[in-house]
Order: sequence, then C-alpha cells, then structure tokens
Amino acid sequence: MIARLLEGVPRRGLVALAALLLVLLVFPAFASGYLLAVGFLILYFAFVGQAWNIMMGFAGQLSLGHSLYVGLGAYAAAALYVHFGVSPWIGLGASIATAVLAGAVIGFLAFRFGVAGVYFAILTIAFSEFARIGFDHFTWVQGSSGFFLPVTNYAANDLWNLRGSPTMFYYLMLGMTAGAFVLCHALLRSRMGYYWLAIRESQEAAQALGVNVFRYKMYAVMISAAMTSLAGIVFAFYYNNLFPEQIFHISRSIELILGPIIGGIGTLVGPLVGALLLTGLAEGMREAMLQLGIDVPGVKQVFYGVCLLLVVMFLPNGVWPPLAKAFGFERRSTDRGER
Amino acid sequence: MPALLEVAGISKNFRGLRAVHDASFDIAEGSINALIGPNGAGKTTIFNMVAGVYRPDSGSIAFDRKPIHGLRPDQICAAGIGRTFQVVKPFAGLSVLDNVMVGAFLTEKTSAGARKVSLAVLEKLHLAAKCDLPASSLTLPDRKRLEVARALATRPRLLLLDEAMAGLRPTECDQMVEVFRELNRTDGLTILLIEHVMRAVMALAQHIGVLHHGEVIARGSPEKIVRDAAVLECYLGEETEV
Ligand SMILES: Nc1ncnc2c1ncn2[C@@H]1O[C@H](COP(=O)(O)OP(=O)(O)O)[C@@H](O)[C@H]1O
Ligand SMILES: [Mg+2]
Repeated sequence: MIARLLEGVPRRGLVALAALLLVLLVFPAFASGYLLAVGFLILYFAFVGQAWNIMMGFAGQLSLGHSLYVGLGAYAAAALYVHFGVSPWIGLGASIATAVLAGAVIGFLAFRFGVAGVYFAILTIAFSEFARIGFDHFTWVQGSSGFFLPVTNYAANDLWNLRGSPTMFYYLMLGMTAGAFVLCHALLRSRMGYYWLAIRESQEAAQALGVNVFRYKMYAVMISAAMTSLAGIVFAFYYNNLFPEQIFHISRSIELILGPIIGGIGTLVGPLVGALLLTGLAEGMREAMLQLGIDVPGVKQVFYGVCLLLVVMFLPNGVWPPLAKAFGFERRSTDRGER
Repeated sequence: MPALLEVAGISKNFRGLRAVHDASFDIAEGSINALIGPNGAGKTTIFNMVAGVYRPDSGSIAFDRKPIHGLRPDQICAAGIGRTFQVVKPFAGLSVLDNVMVGAFLTEKTSAGARKVSLAVLEKLHLAAKCDLPASSLTLPDRKRLEVARALATRPRLLLLDEAMAGLRPTECDQMVEVFRELNRTDGLTILLIEHVMRAVMALAQHIGVLHHGEVIARGSPEKIVRDAAVLECYLGEETEV
C-alpha cells in the first residue's frame, strides 16, 4: 500500500516533503501564539485549497461557491454539538452528508442540463448565496444574530469535543492537510484521477474512450464538498462563532481559491505553496507595517490582488510548476507529469 | 457469418441540411472496410451516429446484434467500438502515455495494468520513445498516431478511423497501413476507415462504400468501385490523391 503510494515519486521530493513535515511538527515548540495562529491559517487554506483543486484542477469544474460547503459543514457539526452534545467526530457524518447532498444537487442540475463554464461558476455562487440568506433566517442556529459555541478554559485539551488550545487545533489541521495531500496524490494516480484529467482536457475525447463524464464530474464535486465540509467543522470549533453573513460570503469562496491559483492549479503542491505564500506573506507584511507604526485597513486585500496580478501575468501556471522544474521534483518516465 | 455492425437506413438532418440520408451497410467481423466520398458527403456524421455522438433521426444501428443507437458514446465504447476523431483531440496537458492510459482504464482497473497495456500499444504505433512528452508537443502525424493508440487501448472489436492517415507522408502512411493490417491479422480487429488517401484505401480495404450527398451510391470490392461510372464521376475523377 505505502510502496504503491510512493511508486514513481522522485526521491528528492520525498526528502523535501519529510523535511517540511518535520518543520511543521516542531513549529509550535518555537512559535509565539501569533505565529501559531498564522501557521494554523496556512494549513487551513492549504487544506481547503486542496479540496477545491479536486474540482477545478483535476476535473476542470470552476466552483466559486465553496463557502457553501465550509458553512454547511460548520453549522451541521456545531448545531449537533450545541443542541445535543454530539462530538464533532460523530457530527462530521452530518456535515459530510449535508455538503455532499448540496454538491450533488448543484452537480446534477449543472451536468445533466449542460450548464458549463462560466454558467456553472455562477450556479455555484447562487447556491452559496441561497445558503447565506437562508441561514440568516434559520432560527434553530440563531439566524443572522450568530451561532456561538460554549467557550471553556483551555486547561486540558479535549480532542473528542474539539475543545482545547490553539496548539491542538494546529496539529489537527496539520493532520488533515497531510491526509488531504496523500489522498489527492492517491486519487490522481487512480483510474478516477486519470478520468478527471481527461474530462478537464476534452470531454468529447474522454467520452469516446469510455469515460462516463457525468458520473466522474459528480464524484469530483461530492469528494470536494465532503473534504471542504471538514474544514468547516474545524473553523466552527476554532473560532466558536458562526455568522451566515461571514461564513457563506462569496469573499470567503474567493479567498480559498487564491492559494491554489497562485500555487498552481491542478498540481498537488500548488495549494500548499499558495497558502504559504499568500497567508504567510500577507501576515508578515501586516506585522512589519504594524512594527513601523503604519496601520492601513484593507492592506491584506490589496496584497492579495497584487499577488494574483503578478502570478497571472508572469506565471500563468502558478508558482509551483517552475519551482518543481528548478528543484528537479518532476516525475519521470514510468509516471505522469501533472500539467 | 452475421455482421458485426449493421447500419440500417439511418438519416441525420442538421437544421434542414440533409447530412445523411437512408444509409445502410453491414460490416463483417474481421474485415477491413473503407467509407469514401467527397468532403461534406456525410462520412463523419455516420461515424458520429455509430459512436453515439448523434442519435440518428431514423433507422437503426446494431453491434453484435444488439441495438446501440441512442446509447451514449462511453457506453458504445464500452460495448467494443473504438473511434478516432478527424480533428484530433489529444489531452494536451497530459503526457503521451497518460493519454493512452485513459483508454486502457476501460478494461484495466489498476494503474500498473493500464500502463502495461498502454506501453504495448504505443510500441505498436512507434510512439513508445515519446511516451513522456506532453501530447501538446507532438507533430500532427504523431497526434494522429496517438489518436489511434488511445482508441486501441480500449481494446475495441471494431475500430472507426476518421481520416487517420490524412497529412501523413507516403512512407508514414505505408507504416500505418502495415500497423492496421497487423492488428487485423493477429487480433482479428474489424476496421472501418474513412479515408481520402486512395493509396491507403486500396492497400487495406476489402470492401468499400461510397457516400455522396449523404447517400450510399456504391458498395463493393475495390476493383468494382474503381470501375464504377458513378463513383468516377462524383469522386475519383475530381479529387483523387494517390
Ligand atoms: N454538428 C453539425 N451541425 C451542422 N451541420 C453539420 C454538423 N456536422 C456536420 N454538418 C454538415 O453535414 C454535412 C456532412 O458533414 P460531414 O459528415 O462532416 O462530412 P464528411 O466527413 O464526409 O466530410 C456537411 O454539410 C456539414 O457541414
Ligand atoms: Mg469528415
């Protein structure tokens, strides 16, 4: 199993990944509270970026409404916890089910009735907007006044109920991000992964080679939605408050796709690199400016915009593909290139 | 011997334009057949109906005695009909090997199995040395070969080739002819090819159908077809590339 996962992966790539994992593992021992929070955010965006990448990068379906799955996942697990004391590890079943159902409805409508490209993207926005407005009036979770999780002191980490210190959340997110990376790696080299890439490149040719295009696009949406909903759960239990206006907002959907776009759509490492660059640099810059006594609101958004502009103009495939080439991380012969 | 493919009276109109009208023909298992005719005669449209891209307005298509009209292209591929596109459609961002593996996954469930089948197919089509290159970097003749390799990787019983040899130099064309002959002889692959290159048609086909303005105007052996007055007039006379 492990041998099969490692097959064809360049050795220096493995060494680099192991080194990165090691750095991330010991990071909390040296990081301040603030740095730990930044580390958590980087991992969070790497994870959701990876999930979004399954749809866009692998299967070629542009979703601009992934905040829907974050929000549904967050609300489902949080509501079960607050109302019935159900552990999020059980509640995640409900989170996944709700998000997958929503994804399946969107996918079915779009892929059955030929809604593609820009129109598909608009459909995904529409659904996340429906949810935002719907949850504003959903009194079971306090509607627009916000849904709060009880905050206890962090004396002891309670992993079962996800009540604990930022360090606990950091390690949880690290585990999830590593898991998502391995999962996507395995998916990409499976039959499903090949079929997704084929669909992305040419649906007609894929169909002529026996690919049930509808079915595999549905799988992409559903797997992506399920993964994204897990990030929503962590979001809910980390921040302890949920507002429909925030969690379902389109700016959240945009924010989570910037990482993979800047890192490299369709690559495995792109979402990681993108999250690191964007969140890391943005926070670093904000901190530096505060040190200098400059406090300009909205500077982060401007920074995102500039990064996006530079990448789109000079590295249209993202930062990772040229880096991979420079470091010799490209896969060879018996294996496949990712774009 | 029962026909592997039976096309009975199929027609297709595009917004009033009569692309194919009442076309019928049978293809015997293990045979090599050619469909010829001037540009716009409706040859590709017939392929698209057999392969499930279009549903015929009328008529029926049976493969291995089971009706297939109305099925989706992927279902028809799974039933055993492989096809190439006249306008090649490589998965441009994928390597040559990965392109072929997509086809091989129809019958192979594991990556290792699909890779093995694909490398064997690429070997047959003289593309093995280029298996790591991105498909987007291939020249047109190589793209045509890749198109054939992908279709073959699905292990079809019937292969539909839409101008697979157009744009090839004579030596490359002869090489392709040899590949198809070999596949037909050793694997018993049944072939239906659309072709303008008469050099290839004459070298390969045991049966030829001639299409003109959407209608089958002649069918028979190559010897018979080259002497047919109607065919000579509409087609061979005006634009033969030998
Ligand atoms: N999708 C389509 N929509 C409208 N007209 C089409 C379409 N496909 C083919 N045609 C028309 O049908 C006729 C037959 O085309 P085609 O089957 O491609 O011919 P051939 O392959 O013999 O050159 C042509 O007049 C062509 O313009
Ligand atoms: Mg044609």
